Amino acid sequence: MFGFGTEYEGLAFWLPLIWSGLIAVAVAMYVIVDGFDLGVGILFKAAHNENWRDRMMFSVAPIWDGNETWLILGGGGLFAVFHVAYAVLMPALYVPIILMLIALIFRGVAFEFRFKAERSKFLWDNAFFFGSLLATFFQGMVLGAFVQGFANDGRQFTGGTFDFLTPFSVLTGISLIVGYALLGATWCVMKTTGELEIWARRMAVRFLLLTIVAMAAVSVWVPFLGRAIETRWFTWPNIAFLAPIPLVTAYVAYRLFRDLEEGRHYRPFFLAIGLFLLGYLGLGVSLFPYNVPPNLTIWDTSNTVSSQLFALVGFAIVLPITFAYTAYAYWVFRGKVAEEISGGGYGYH
Amino acid sequence: MEFDALLLSRIQFAFTIAFHIIFPAFTIGLASWLAALEFNWLRTGNPLYRTLFRFWVKVFAVSFGLGVVSGIVMSYQFGTNWSRFSEFTGNVLGPVIAYEVITAFFLEAAFLGIMLFGWERVGDRLHFFATCMVALGTLISAFWILSANSWMQTPDGFAIENGKAVPVDWFKVVFNPSFPLRYAHMVLGCYLTTAFAVAGMSAWMLLRHPHDAPEAKLAGSRRSMSMALWFATIFVPVQILIGDLHGLGVLKYQPTKLAAIEGNWDRMSNMPLRLFAIPDEVAETNHYEIGIPKIGSWVLTHAFDGEVPGLKEVPPEDRPPVWPVFFSFRIMVAIGFAMLGIGLWSLYLRWKGTLFTNRTFLTAAMIMTPSGFGAVLFGWFTAEIGRQPWVVYGHLRTADAVSPVSAGAVTASLLTFVVVYAFVFGFGSYYLAKLLRRGPDPIEDIRGDDLGKKPKRPFSVPDEGLEGRPGHKALPVR
Repeated sequence: MFGFGTEYEGLAFWLPLIWSGLIAVAVAMYVIVDGFDLGVGILFKAAHNENWRDRMMFSVAPIWDGNETWLILGGGGLFAVFHVAYAVLMPALYVPIILMLIALIFRGVAFEFRFKAERSKFLWDNAFFFGSLLATFFQGMVLGAFVQGFANDGRQFTGGTFDFLTPFSVLTGISLIVGYALLGATWCVMKTTGELEIWARRMAVRFLLLTIVAMAAVSVWVPFLGRAIETRWFTWPNIAFLAPIPLVTAYVAYRLFRDLEEGRHYRPFFLAIGLFLLGYLGLGVSLFPYNVPPNLTIWDTSNTVSSQLFALVGFAIVLPITFAYTAYAYWVFRGKVAEEISGGGYGYH
Repeated sequence: MEFDALLLSRIQFAFTIAFHIIFPAFTIGLASWLAALEFNWLRTGNPLYRTLFRFWVKVFAVSFGLGVVSGIVMSYQFGTNWSRFSEFTGNVLGPVIAYEVITAFFLEAAFLGIMLFGWERVGDRLHFFATCMVALGTLISAFWILSANSWMQTPDGFAIENGKAVPVDWFKVVFNPSFPLRYAHMVLGCYLTTAFAVAGMSAWMLLRHPHDAPEAKLAGSRRSMSMALWFATIFVPVQILIGDLHGLGVLKYQPTKLAAIEGNWDRMSNMPLRLFAIPDEVAETNHYEIGIPKIGSWVLTHAFDGEVPGLKEVPPEDRPPVWPVFFSFRIMVAIGFAMLGIGLWSLYLRWKGTLFTNRTFLTAAMIMTPSGFGAVLFGWFTAEIGRQPWVVYGHLRTADAVSPVSAGAVTASLLTFVVVYAFVFGFGSYYLAKLLRRGPDPIEDIRGDDLGKKPKRPFSVPDEGLEGRPGHKALPVR
């Protein structure tokens, strides 16, 4: 496929592709579902009052806890089928991954305790905000480091602890913060009412503009990484197939801006997700079939056929059920969060 | 001893997993305990069981939440700190650990929500089914993770190609020699941990109330304590038996570990049962040894003159550190026999009819509250330190398994973990202690509660406030 991996035959060729697809879906799910609730956390400090913060937190409370299990699935899935990639990537990303996990711990615990706290509420507010902000930043750095590539000998990481830390990865870290903030803001537009919704709309417009700037900055920077990613995009006939991606991205961004202006409730959130998926697609096009850039492909890093098949049985059973259950949970908690969430009256309309 | 990335990574893994194991060890038992309570409620219709369910489900929810939070770190550490281990074992252990992850995933996604929040919505039968599935899920999760661990102890069903383990026979990989008994030993260990925690906490509640207090206030604690002690009385002897059988497996497959457990330097028949000794790794002997002649051989081989391997049969670099293994094992066994004593004592008091009023016994039971956690931890110290210097017994040394990361990075991450865990789990334990201090509601207090209106989070189940005195409920969100 695409001239890659053709030295492999049968299952040895197809299984890594199937698994890449599954893990790509899991990561996309993670980015979408945890993206908006991390975004809500990023906007948390800027919210004007306690009632707004309660409502923002309440809007994600019922559904966010499935989200971090997608992250465990990402880590577990990588180890399950691309153990060489796991073995190279994890030490290379030691610092950002550990810091991201710690930020997520803080954030998760803040979620639990904030609802129980009175005097110490400010403490959990801060834990929630900084946890969300830092987890996002380090995720963005992981992404940037991934695009840069990793020094390796085909089995182990051979670079240094701080190889990940470059101006580019700082840029991707900041980009992800503004991107998640956009997702979070459009989520709040969808889930809240009144002044909070108006404020969220304003935030969404602001972060949409910043997201566009960030996407442009990253795209402009990539050719300077020396990874020759740009040749994939700008050679004929690729350019004809790939040109729609940036064009559609531009259109979605424009449509999102108009929707926010026109006062739509639901569509901005889905358009923001669309924007993310397009960026993700662009990234996939740039990197495929390498899952340890710049030199190891999904075929180089995958487990034996028997190992991949064994794991596939479990995933084939669990993934559809999980999707169905996730969809059901979102359906149950659809609609906007009530404005007055005091006493026994808080909950969904 | 040099504080290099290897040693620091070992400390970090030991610290994070020892912290983590406390919560699953408790929740595996609690999930089944809740299923038993709900079963009794459905069978008898006695509202006492429902009250107890509603109390213990709070403890379960908080422990489960803390277990998930501390567990996320684990699935990444194999790679961050042990990438050469991941490379060597990935083909074999990758899918096994993936099965653990997806089981936990499935459990978290599907049934926990119904169990915690859905009683009013789905009705008794479906709710009971959900509770059973959560209990089953914890057991399946334990199945896979213990299979992976057992494979590291007694690897089987694989071949080595190109310096990596590749699977040959999945059945042998999953059901490797030490797995069945290790699984039985651990699950029963979790159950007993819960039993002693429940019994001890109930004893504490009974001690705090005068025993002429209104029946409604005491009934819940009495019933909890009685059920937990019945379980302990029956299953502590079973656990000791399983432990003994498990030891026979260690003798067969990991003779050097066994020699360290026994503090046995030279191969010998008629080995004494060493109750105490100070093993000296330099002089390769024991000091101040106190033992019962021949019994050690009898316990291990079921013959008084059975031969037991010695540490000196392998070069020093292939031996585990002796004294931690030697003492951890003895502490675990001592706790086991203390548990046995409590079980027998409770039988005697039941016969005398003073089980709930004998303050010495209640105090002893209270002191035994954390005993199961201790036994589980020291059991794992024995198993894991005893496996050294191997990470995959006989095939991959721990020293060859570590990631190419800098000592500085690991020092920083280790310190961060210590600080963060102290903070987060400090609050968690404080909150748990507060819940327990309050105890089950008196029976007449049960009302249709308003769970439907709360955020659907594990911690939403308890309504205890984080600050203030026990019993002070969290104010509704303003």
